[in-house]
Amino acid sequence: MKPISQPLLKVSHLSKSYGQHVAVHKVEFDLGYGEVIAIVGESGSGKTTLLKSIACLTTPDSGEVIYQSEQFGDMDVFRLSSMQQRLLNRTEWGFVHQHARDGLRMNVSAGANIGERLMSLGQRHYGKIREQARYWLDMVEIDPKRMDDLPSTFSGGMQQRLQIARNLVTQPRLVMLDEPTSGLDVSVQAKLLDLFKKLAQQLGLSVLIVTHDLAVARLLADQMIVMQDGKIVERGLTDQVLDDPQHPYTQLLVSSIIAA
Amino acid sequence: MNEIEQRVEGFNFAYLDEQTKRMIRRALLKAIAIPGYQVPFSSREMPLPYGWGTGGIQITAAIIGKKDTLKVIDQGADDTVNAVNIRSFFSRTTGVITTEKTSQANIIQTRHRIPEQALHEDQIMVFQVPVPEPLQDIEPLKAQTTKMHALADYGLMYVKLYEDITQFGKITFSYDYPVMVNGRYLAAPSPIPKFDNPKLHQSPALMLFGAGREKRIYAIPPYTDVQSLSFEDYPFEVQQWDHPCAICGSRESFLDELITDNDGTRMFVCADSDYCQTQADAS
Repeated sequence: MKPISQPLLKVSHLSKSYGQHVAVHKVEFDLGYGEVIAIVGESGSGKTTLLKSIACLTTPDSGEVIYQSEQFGDMDVFRLSSMQQRLLNRTEWGFVHQHARDGLRMNVSAGANIGERLMSLGQRHYGKIREQARYWLDMVEIDPKRMDDLPSTFSGGMQQRLQIARNLVTQPRLVMLDEPTSGLDVSVQAKLLDLFKKLAQQLGLSVLIVTHDLAVARLLADQMIVMQDGKIVERGLTDQVLDDPQHPYTQLLVSSIIAA
Repeated sequence: MNEIEQRVEGFNFAYLDEQTKRMIRRALLKAIAIPGYQVPFSSREMPLPYGWGTGGIQITAAIIGKKDTLKVIDQGADDTVNAVNIRSFFSRTTGVITTEKTSQANIIQTRHRIPEQALHEDQIMVFQVPVPEPLQDIEPLKAQTTKMHALADYGLMYVKLYEDITQFGKITFSYDYPVMVNGRYLAAPSPIPKFDNPKLHQSPALMLFGAGREKRIYAIPPYTDVQSLSFEDYPFEVQQWDHPCAICGSRESFLDELITDNDGTRMFVCADSDYCQTQADAS
């Protein structure tokens, strides 16, 4: 029997440099089942590199990520073959990119975008793929009538919602989001976050979200990790960190939103 | 059977030098060992432009021997420009016997068609391939398509089929319809019509594919499974015609539509000229 306290994702000693520049330095944290962690920090603090390393989208220099898979048990993510990494990224994981055009295929219809994961996993029934695409479009509040339209005809907020739908179609357990709301106007941001929060609760998702916007962290996250120069400088429950920041850098971040 | 033309002096047998032929044969052996896998080879300049069958000619040159009998077809016909010139090229550089009869040939170089008459174990088909990479239209980066082949990650090809059905109500590939070879590699069956795809499956003849400009060789060994991609609810279908062939009356062969005068009068005839002749003679 595994102890119940064992986390879904365990990150240890993760480091990544770009030449002389250290982007992520010995980062360690755990993500529990159904937990939402926000990684915040200014641009250049290494948050996106950290997230992309965990998702195997870039190769870290050292460190380990242990993921508790539903089907395969404990997995040392960086030691998996690229075929297994792809499979994991398409089934139990989801990744929402900052720019929709990095996460979507802009030249195929919304329905095909949602169906792509299913087809990669071997679904070969056109009607059933469409049925699922319709369902998930509805879930992310896009009119299913737009299913055969190209994502380039969608608004920025719709594109992000489509990206979310495309990831959720295989019912992942862990979703990683890289600044999903930057570039959207404030009202659309709020709507997207509300929707995502609702879906995350409904589906019991564990979430890692990278953002420089403390309001996003406050709305979504149970826990917060504050990064500066590639290191974690503070972590804790979101409310605790925001109400009583300990580290000078966190204090600066928090005071800056109050001033605004 | 054609008359044997005078062999030209000053060229090696079958035009290519022996070292080049060895290099191509090595690529061929690898291609046959891994059905459907595209093997790179150092394609040579040939005395005709890319797009006219340089890949196929290099393969034929590498495998042809003095005792072989060669047939060359273009769009199924033996008497079109490309076929006539390639046949004459090999006739002059090798002195081998050429034929228009499918049954008498043991090497058949082709562009666009597989003969209607069933092939047998002693025959080799050589295809002239313009685009060897079936994923090229959807993923232009070579590094990416190589990776997709390595991981057998072909979901994207189905995305293309999905889009086709969504936009047009059916899968619109009518030629170069993508196939899975031996359940492992996705391959482009050169520009043959999808009508010919079923002939690739478990064929007793060896099928060799050469792309000169793209510098790739691939193969389907005899008796290999070749499946055309499809959805369960949108199965693979071949072309059908309302008319029989106007010359031989065949209802089983692939028909070309010809416009015969300025008033738009049409006629449908077999694309495979040898088959049509044989059928017409028999009846």
